[in-house]
Amino acid sequence: MNAVLEFRGRIIKSGRAEGEALVSSQPISFYGGVDPDTGVIREKGHELEGKSIAGKILIFPHGKGSTVGSYIIYRLKKKGMAPSAIINQRCEPIVAVGAIISDIPAVDCVDTNKFKNGDWIKIEDGKIIVMRR
Amino acid sequence: MYLSKEEERMLFGEFGYAVQKAMEILVALGKIYDAKKLVPVTSAHISGVSYVNVGEDGLEFLEELASDGRVLVKTTLNPTGMDLDRWSFMGINREFAENQLRVIDVYKRMGIEITCTCTPYLVGNAPNLGDHIAWSESSAVVYANSVIGARTNRESGISALATAITGKTPFYGLHIEENRQPTVEVRVPQPNGEFEFACLGIVVGRLVGDCIPLFRGILHAEPDELKALGAALASVGGVPMFHVEGITPEAEKYTDRTMERLTLTHSDIMSVREEYADEVDPELIFLGCPHLSLTELKRIALSLVKKNVRKRLWLCCSKQVKLEADRLGITQIVEAAGATIVCDTCPVVAPIRDLGISTIATNSAKGAWYSRNLNNLSVRLLSTEECIREATE
Repeated sequence: MNAVLEFRGRIIKSGRAEGEALVSSQPISFYGGVDPDTGVIREKGHELEGKSIAGKILIFPHGKGSTVGSYIIYRLKKKGMAPSAIINQRCEPIVAVGAIISDIPAVDCVDTNKFKNGDWIKIEDGKIIVMRR
Repeated sequence: MYLSKEEERMLFGEFGYAVQKAMEILVALGKIYDAKKLVPVTSAHISGVSYVNVGEDGLEFLEELASDGRVLVKTTLNPTGMDLDRWSFMGINREFAENQLRVIDVYKRMGIEITCTCTPYLVGNAPNLGDHIAWSESSAVVYANSVIGARTNRESGISALATAITGKTPFYGLHIEENRQPTVEVRVPQPNGEFEFACLGIVVGRLVGDCIPLFRGILHAEPDELKALGAALASVGGVPMFHVEGITPEAEKYTDRTMERLTLTHSDIMSVREEYADEVDPELIFLGCPHLSLTELKRIALSLVKKNVRKRLWLCCSKQVKLEADRLGITQIVEAAGATIVCDTCPVVAPIRDLGISTIATNSAKGAWYSRNLNNLSVRLLSTEECIREATE
């Protein structure tokens, strides 16, 4: 049976997206922490180390690290390796600017602990619909 | 956040692509920081100029913005990865130079002044007390807030550019009067010269993080000394603003003195030297982080009279200061001694390792910090006089 959950967040970058959730309880640094050509997390010891964020609905508490991270998100998008959407607990400027310049839907003010890897997620602006097996 | 009718039209794309993108960025930042509105600014300063940091991706984004984006307020540019006129003399290769010039060109098309300096306030981007501005470059931000009394948050290159294109910035943080209050009092003995002010900046920056310190006990300070203090505070600690009792314009405005207190001795301040005392023979000695003022350059020139520079000695400043130095005969003195005036750049943002440099000496606390932590160089932090001695003996 599929459980359906619905959340409402704050729109950082409006848009619609649908895909599989990739969830991290740790913050993500795009500059240095994500391979800009493949979308694979490469930060040593990160809980998502070795996983690809490409095409995923990427869910993490907030960004960290250098502001150059915004350009890394942009590069991922140009290469087709960006997440299809971003959900944050509390978005900060690096991720916000990255999402906006790359046209990636982004929502924050959502409890990111509520999501599980493999959830199927639909985002329609601030509305988040979660389908879970 | 409240948006005026015109601001809404900007956000909906009625003023073109760049204005819309810029507005989206500002509105998102406004949301993140709970700003109630946007305020107009009088000036912007943009970092993110060196091709080392911008890269192809940044350049592609900037090209998109430049398709129809033009700045609405006075906007200056941070240092680039090379001396724009004498890059080949610096040892920069043609490929890097061509890429760097593409970055410069895209900024130029948007109407930005190609000042290429971290000291915009020395080259005509000089806001007034109380002006709202949007500057990136942490050392310029702290100088503008503290010494000039203009109001800016610590912007990124992109958010400062978004403000330059729209003329607006979200009203939060240091734009709001009550957030400019000092949050920690620091009692110190009088530091002597730029170098000691810089050392003070490192020590306090580390202790106070991103707080706003109020310094007591400093009886006199030159603008160049405050420049050195701020640069160190901002790079090591993330300090956006400081006050010096009796000296900076807003120090006496806030009478609440119930804050945390620190007391430092002269040896506390100078202890930082030992941390940057790598046992190396520096391949490059550089002065001018932040970029040298004409006064500093003149003093260095005087100390080089009848000396012979035996190592690579770079004196970094803006093109404008160099032009003034040319006219005053300062450049001639410096070059006769064998030093080089390097404009538009500095060893922090130039592709320094590609130039074959792995060890440096500098009088700059900020320069030492970034050279070690960003560029993995071995670093010796020396006073200006010691740097000159190191280069000439």
